[in-house]
Amino acid sequence: MITLNHICKTYGKEKKIAVNDISLSVNKGEIFGLIGPDGAGKSSIFRILTTLLLADSGTATVDGHDVVTDYKHIRKSVGYMPGKFSLYPDLSVEENLKFFATLFNTSIRENYHLIKDIYMLLEPFKNRRAGKLSGGMKQKLALCCALIHKPTVLFLDEPTTGIDPVSRKEFWEMLKRLKKQEITILVSTPYMDEASLCDRIALIKNGKILSINTPDHIIKDYPDNLYKIKSDVIYTLLKDINLHSNTQSCFTFGEFLHVSFLSDTESMQQELLNYLSKKGHLNIVMEKTVPGIEDCFIHLLKKPA
Amino acid sequence: MKQFLSFVKKEFLHALRDRKTLLILFGLPIVQILIFGFALTNEVKNSKIIIVDQAQDMASQQLITKIEASRYFEIEKEIVNPKAIEAAFKEGKIKMAVIFPDNFNHDLLHQNKSAIQLICDASDPNIANTLSNYIAAIVGDYQTELNQNAALPYQIIPETRMLYNPQLKGVHNFVPGVMALVLMLVCVMMTAISIVREKEFGTMEVLLVSPFKPMLVIVSKAIPYLILSLVNVASILLLSVFVLELPINGSVLLLFAESTLFIITCLSIGILISIRVASQQIAMLISMMGMLLPTLLFSGFMFPIENMPWPLQILSNIVPAKWFYIIVKSVMIKGLGFQAIWKETLILSGMSAFLILVSLKNFKIRLA
Repeated sequence: MITLNHICKTYGKEKKIAVNDISLSVNKGEIFGLIGPDGAGKSSIFRILTTLLLADSGTATVDGHDVVTDYKHIRKSVGYMPGKFSLYPDLSVEENLKFFATLFNTSIRENYHLIKDIYMLLEPFKNRRAGKLSGGMKQKLALCCALIHKPTVLFLDEPTTGIDPVSRKEFWEMLKRLKKQEITILVSTPYMDEASLCDRIALIKNGKILSINTPDHIIKDYPDNLYKIKSDVIYTLLKDINLHSNTQSCFTFGEFLHVSFLSDTESMQQELLNYLSKKGHLNIVMEKTVPGIEDCFIHLLKKPA
Repeated sequence: MKQFLSFVKKEFLHALRDRKTLLILFGLPIVQILIFGFALTNEVKNSKIIIVDQAQDMASQQLITKIEASRYFEIEKEIVNPKAIEAAFKEGKIKMAVIFPDNFNHDLLHQNKSAIQLICDASDPNIANTLSNYIAAIVGDYQTELNQNAALPYQIIPETRMLYNPQLKGVHNFVPGVMALVLMLVCVMMTAISIVREKEFGTMEVLLVSPFKPMLVIVSKAIPYLILSLVNVASILLLSVFVLELPINGSVLLLFAESTLFIITCLSIGILISIRVASQQIAMLISMMGMLLPTLLFSGFMFPIENMPWPLQILSNIVPAKWFYIIVKSVMIKGLGFQAIWKETLILSGMSAFLILVSLKNFKIRLA
């Protein structure tokens, strides 16, 4: 459905690299996630695929159409929701939706089934100006507007950034339902916990892809055993573990620290516990844990290219 | 077509829902017309003067009565001591002093000539000039009266008729000027801002990723402002006819047609600006500094172009408002038909065509 072939993109005179030789392909009916921190190049990829930006080199296609030569076809058949809220704040919910429906030569009634679940939540506010909606409601409306013309591919650039966890959860449930309608979805997010909700993900950093796979595979590929450790004073614990010679990596993760060791033996673990007790840590808990996407991401970042 | 209409409707909603936009759209022309009509005027009247009458005889008294009767002057006080004149000027209220010498009547009758001294405050040269001309005219009148009985052997009397504006009202000058100014401001600034706003809000991105032709986005933005500007033209004309009592001497239809042409020129400037800049502030700055100022300076509405040095005169030719000002004056005040203004019309059409072409050239179907 979507392919990118060695796409590169730089900005400005100083040729600041945004996208560095990225190749990937997204299958039909798949939810594909671009996961990466701010400035990783996610939005640039979206803009290249939605024909808004020209890549410096490389080729890309959406639904079989080239993004450069066939841009008109693409603009007709895709739905795009930019990272920034981009509806008209001075128009009401209904006016916005109607406007975008007409813009794509369709009507709300024609594709109502697609947006029904989402629009039902918005219906009580249909006469409210879009600018006066809450963050989550705005995103739902934006999704409605991007869906109203029954796109074959949906591009969602950080749709859940800045909205509350409940709305985020609802939003992802909607995406799952859309997937059943055979709509291909390319979604980006800086939140690692959302990665596991995608069918496949690409971890991106500084314009480069670190890994493309299903979330399960990426987690399975995590090479080391991971332990979660906590004690009464987490800050000094982090410092002390990082100073220990057997520590490979150590990061805070909620109330725990996620730690992996250079040499993972019982005796070495015991040695660490003794070391920490000596340092004055109380109530030390250490358990083996399953790595998450974030752990994989951090691991991939540290790995020499 | 349905897309286009819904787009135009959306633009109307934007314009009508924003109070600031509405204020600029409709408040501005009304306020400007009223300010120029009643508060600001370049007519000279009721200027304060002092009279120093050292003669105190029949002739001087008769002249003073005549001056007093004129609506241009208001005699602040009569003094005798010439030394007090300077003090009076320094106070700043006095625009002119009229001084009659001793033996004014005697000299006039016996030596056949007499002098009056006029001392003017020339810190505003225009007022000084106008006032001394008025006095000269009054003195001339008085002279003719004196000579009524003894007819001069030869006499040339200039009979002046003030065409198109017999009462020399300032309104005739500024209504066309305000029209040019308001249209320039509304059309250029409003269109530029409304297009750039879409870029700033990010809605342009969504509009571009749609089957709607990008150039149509721009055109449909211009249409509401064209209509709103025509409403503006109508309101300015109504105000000037009914409040300022300035009749439209020429064809109203022609006036509207020419206004439409000028509006299109302004809209294309606005579009060009919006294509080139990325933020509302810059769009506003360019339309204010780049358009308002030249319109004020070079349209001929405030400062006569003929008196400018030639580089500025040449520069004034690229200001569309100059040509529109000429057109409105010709049609509205002089009541002339199309044959009198075809040249100006052609120039404005050419400008619009050029601007639209440049806009099309510069228009991007993608971001940045």
